[in-house]
Amino acid sequence: MENIAQSGTTIQDVSFDEVKHLVSQRALDGETILLNMGPQHPSTHGVLRLLLELDGETVVSCIPDIGFLHTGIEKNMEAKTYQKAEVMTDRIDYMNTVGNNLAYCMAIEKLCELDVPPRAQAIRVILVELQRIASHLVWLGTHALDLAAMSVFLYCFREREMILDILEMCGGQRMMTTYIRPGGLWRDTPVEFEAAVRQVLEIFPARIQDYEALLTKNPLFIERTRNIGYLSPQDALAWGITGPTLRAAGIPYDLRKAQPYSGYEQYEFTVPTHTDSDTYARYLLRMEEMRQSLLIVQQALDTLPYGPVRSNNRKYVPPPRSELSTSMEAVIHHFKLWTEGFTPPKGSVYSAVESPRGELGVYLESDGGPKPYRVHWRTPSFTNLQILPLLSKGVFVADLVAIIGTIDIVLGDVDR
Amino acid sequence: MEDSYQTILTSLKSRFQFEVQEFRGDISLVIVPEHVVDICRALRDEFGFEMLVEETAVDYWPQETPRFHVVYGFRSIANNLLLMLRVPLNGNAPSLPTIESVYPNANWFERELWDMFGIRFDGHSDLRRILMPHDWEGHPLRKDFPLGYEEVQFSFNFKEIDERKPYAKS
Repeated sequence: MENIAQSGTTIQDVSFDEVKHLVSQRALDGETILLNMGPQHPSTHGVLRLLLELDGETVVSCIPDIGFLHTGIEKNMEAKTYQKAEVMTDRIDYMNTVGNNLAYCMAIEKLCELDVPPRAQAIRVILVELQRIASHLVWLGTHALDLAAMSVFLYCFREREMILDILEMCGGQRMMTTYIRPGGLWRDTPVEFEAAVRQVLEIFPARIQDYEALLTKNPLFIERTRNIGYLSPQDALAWGITGPTLRAAGIPYDLRKAQPYSGYEQYEFTVPTHTDSDTYARYLLRMEEMRQSLLIVQQALDTLPYGPVRSNNRKYVPPPRSELSTSMEAVIHHFKLWTEGFTPPKGSVYSAVESPRGELGVYLESDGGPKPYRVHWRTPSFTNLQILPLLSKGVFVADLVAIIGTIDIVLGDVDR
Repeated sequence: MEDSYQTILTSLKSRFQFEVQEFRGDISLVIVPEHVVDICRALRDEFGFEMLVEETAVDYWPQETPRFHVVYGFRSIANNLLLMLRVPLNGNAPSLPTIESVYPNANWFERELWDMFGIRFDGHSDLRRILMPHDWEGHPLRKDFPLGYEEVQFSFNFKEIDERKPYAKS
């Protein structure tokens, strides 16, 4: 086999000279082997490419190469009005589409000091928590699949479909709903909504038990996950890790508790933590998070208030269709909002929500015009992926697969 | 402004020059590039901001100078606080000291800023492009970088635009 380091060739699109300083001297001497993993590899959960330096089967160093899914969403958003730019937010973290809408709309609402009616807030919470369960199901299925437990994958995707059906019922699409809008929701939920959510609440606790029956005490699964990918709490904080990975290191930090938004302060739930901080601990933690999410959905649905789902502030939120035939002012607002768009005051805000992967922040800057001047997505996958070189030092290649799975990255979220 | 912020700001004021901005509850300090590493170290070690949550930039070309603002966001989990720093940078090829030594996760944030804005971070361990291809020219998030679209041809300017199209060159 030709050695990449000695031949001095270009590996795909990164020239070896650029990353020379990240591998050991032994790789340059040809003692260790450099291996390309991805971007087309089933265990990298998307188009992540890793340049691995291997000593036999042991990883000496790991150099992540990202950007294969970069779509320039931040640049594109600068060229569209606030409403039109929202459509792109679904495409960032495609496992947490409603959560992205929420983060973006909350930033606009903070910038414009826009009110959101209580019913809209409660529906937002229900959908975001359901989406969190769906996202964790995809994580669980693919993670177990990587560790050779194939049946879990099929069960998880079966249950995920129930949640996607609810999103389709509300927003018209399974994934890219754009259902949450600045100042509220696109429209009220259909009548079948409540029954569908109740069915999820009824079925899911037993289903989560089924997954745990397949994995939690499975010796093969434990062997592959326990003591793999240990991350100390000090490293987790220094590297800005958020979400389940941080909580599995024993730090009970959750934005839903620390800075409650969208009415989370009304619901009783606990933030699960763990101290082992290995792959197995993160698995247990995410399973518990699904149960807590069900609890939140249950409370939000039981106390779901009646009332409007959109703010009455006509400078930002379009009037209801019914008013257009009777009110001249409504026609003017409708026309202005859908041609020019709305113009928030000049200034910049940072607003963050707890996505299934961690802190999803939006830095939004307005110059007083109808288009966002600058939007930056502080995405949890991007920051969390950075610890991969640290976690993968000295592990086997097979364990590296478990580690990639356990940080739960979505490549759309990494590359934007 | 909350008292906890007030104490931090008074303590910082005695050592560094900065201007405080408050907008919608977000507090940001406008500082000079020379102080960035020292302020970050003080924030982490003395005031408990253990996490760098955000590092990005804004390009104000052509209407404002200094052209770039680099924005940092620090979070204190123990005290539940968020503090932003803004660093105005002059010129078209600006540079700034890296804060990688204080917050290691600045590594990728700063690579992204180099890639997207062409802001150079002095002392950075691995300043390469991160999202764009390694042989890409230009820095896409700058305001003078075109978004890239087909120009609309009308009868009065059909020829003029046609001559600019790639196929016209061969």
